[in-house]
Amino acid sequence: MIWDWAFAFEILPVLARAAIVSIEATLIGFALAASLGLVLAVVRIAVPWTGWTISVLVELIRSTPLLIQIFFLYFVFPKFGVVLDAFTAGVLAIGIHYAAYCSEVYRAGFDNIPRGQWEASIALNLSAWTTFRDIIIPQAIPPIVPALGNYLVALFKETPLLSAIAVLELMQTAKIIGSETFRYTEPMTLVGLFFLAMSLVSAALIRSLEGLLNRRTMR
Amino acid sequence: MTEQPMVRFDNVSKRYGTLTVLDGLNLEIARGEKVSIIGPSGSGKTTVLRMLMTLETINDGVIWVEGEPLTHMERNGKLVPADLAHIRKIRAKIGMVFQSFNLFPHMTAMQNCIEAPITVLGMKRADAEARAAELLDMVGLSDKKDHYPSQLSGGQQQRVAIARACAMRPKIMLFDEVTSALDPELVGEVLEVIRKLGREHDLTMLMVTHQMGFAKEFSDRVCFFHAGKICEQGPPGELFGTPKNERTRQFLHAVLEAG
Repeated sequence: MIWDWAFAFEILPVLARAAIVSIEATLIGFALAASLGLVLAVVRIAVPWTGWTISVLVELIRSTPLLIQIFFLYFVFPKFGVVLDAFTAGVLAIGIHYAAYCSEVYRAGFDNIPRGQWEASIALNLSAWTTFRDIIIPQAIPPIVPALGNYLVALFKETPLLSAIAVLELMQTAKIIGSETFRYTEPMTLVGLFFLAMSLVSAALIRSLEGLLNRRTMR
Repeated sequence: MTEQPMVRFDNVSKRYGTLTVLDGLNLEIARGEKVSIIGPSGSGKTTVLRMLMTLETINDGVIWVEGEPLTHMERNGKLVPADLAHIRKIRAKIGMVFQSFNLFPHMTAMQNCIEAPITVLGMKRADAEARAAELLDMVGLSDKKDHYPSQLSGGQQQRVAIARACAMRPKIMLFDEVTSALDPELVGEVLEVIRKLGREHDLTMLMVTHQMGFAKEFSDRVCFFHAGKICEQGPPGELFGTPKNERTRQFLHAVLEAG
């Protein structure tokens, strides 16, 4: 028989521990992506002369593979005296990579705010900071939650790239189990199922968050 | 010393590329004066308000507010473009009500009215709320303070917008075609609030309007704009009664004909 239930149950605890690492990487990476992306999008509007620099930066990040960026942070940065452990380097790379995508999502969100909202903010003499915090961002975010959610799921599914720099997340753990036991069927299947389950759960969570935000704003 | 005009446009021009929207505008508005701006669309009348609110830059000239330049500041006896702090200081004297209301849709009427007083003027929430409650009462909406803009009619939204602008205690209020987006039966309630505002508050008011009847009855002076210039101005009785300029006559004839 190809599938060995006993073996599958035996490796389950090890994979579960590794899954926690994957989830951690996802959550920290996405928190970084969402906040850095927001900062990039806000700065691009608030400080117009940064527009060109940020566009180039975003384009550069989006147009190169994430794997190369991970390798860069982990293997090249030490040459410049910046030594990061594998988890930090990997999460940082994922966070920055997705920040570039997220910043474009925020930008689309900001572009959709009617000009009258900005003008009313000026007429009320609100500072740029207050305008973003109280007027623009609260209106811009709810419609882009689905897009951000998609990136959360996409980011999650890219965490196996961290196995390339030997972070002990799910994929790396499964590979190690495979190479030690010469059994790949169970670990790889379990890892795949885990990603499937988590992605479905996150998608459902995002949908309910979306519904909640819509109810709150569209009164 | 004669009293400083509240607002003075000194040879102000505005161009978009090769299109001149305002051509060397000179206009003085005294403290407490109510001035209506009328004219065909594209005559630059809304631009006057938008420049004063700093929503548009100006290409030439200087706008003075209570003797201080709006988008310039004096340095070594010369006028240089002002920094943001200066602009915000002068801008604080001006409030504006828009054609499309521009209320913040994610905030209740009350929240719309306290946002700027709290974050800009640094008022305490309780004080800001008390003041906003008075203003919402003035515009006849004390029972709607917890409603969101989408739950209000156009006329109600516009009245909240007036209360919101008043909450910043401006000296000058700008009204940019504030009834143009309203259903006809809602125009009256908004005009009534503006009348009340004119009576009860010592505000300088500058309004762009298509409501000739209201302009005639409410304003101290009416300016007729045509092709980026003031074509004719004077007390409403004169301008509407015995217009001197041919263009003014044509315009008034066309507008009054249409009803």
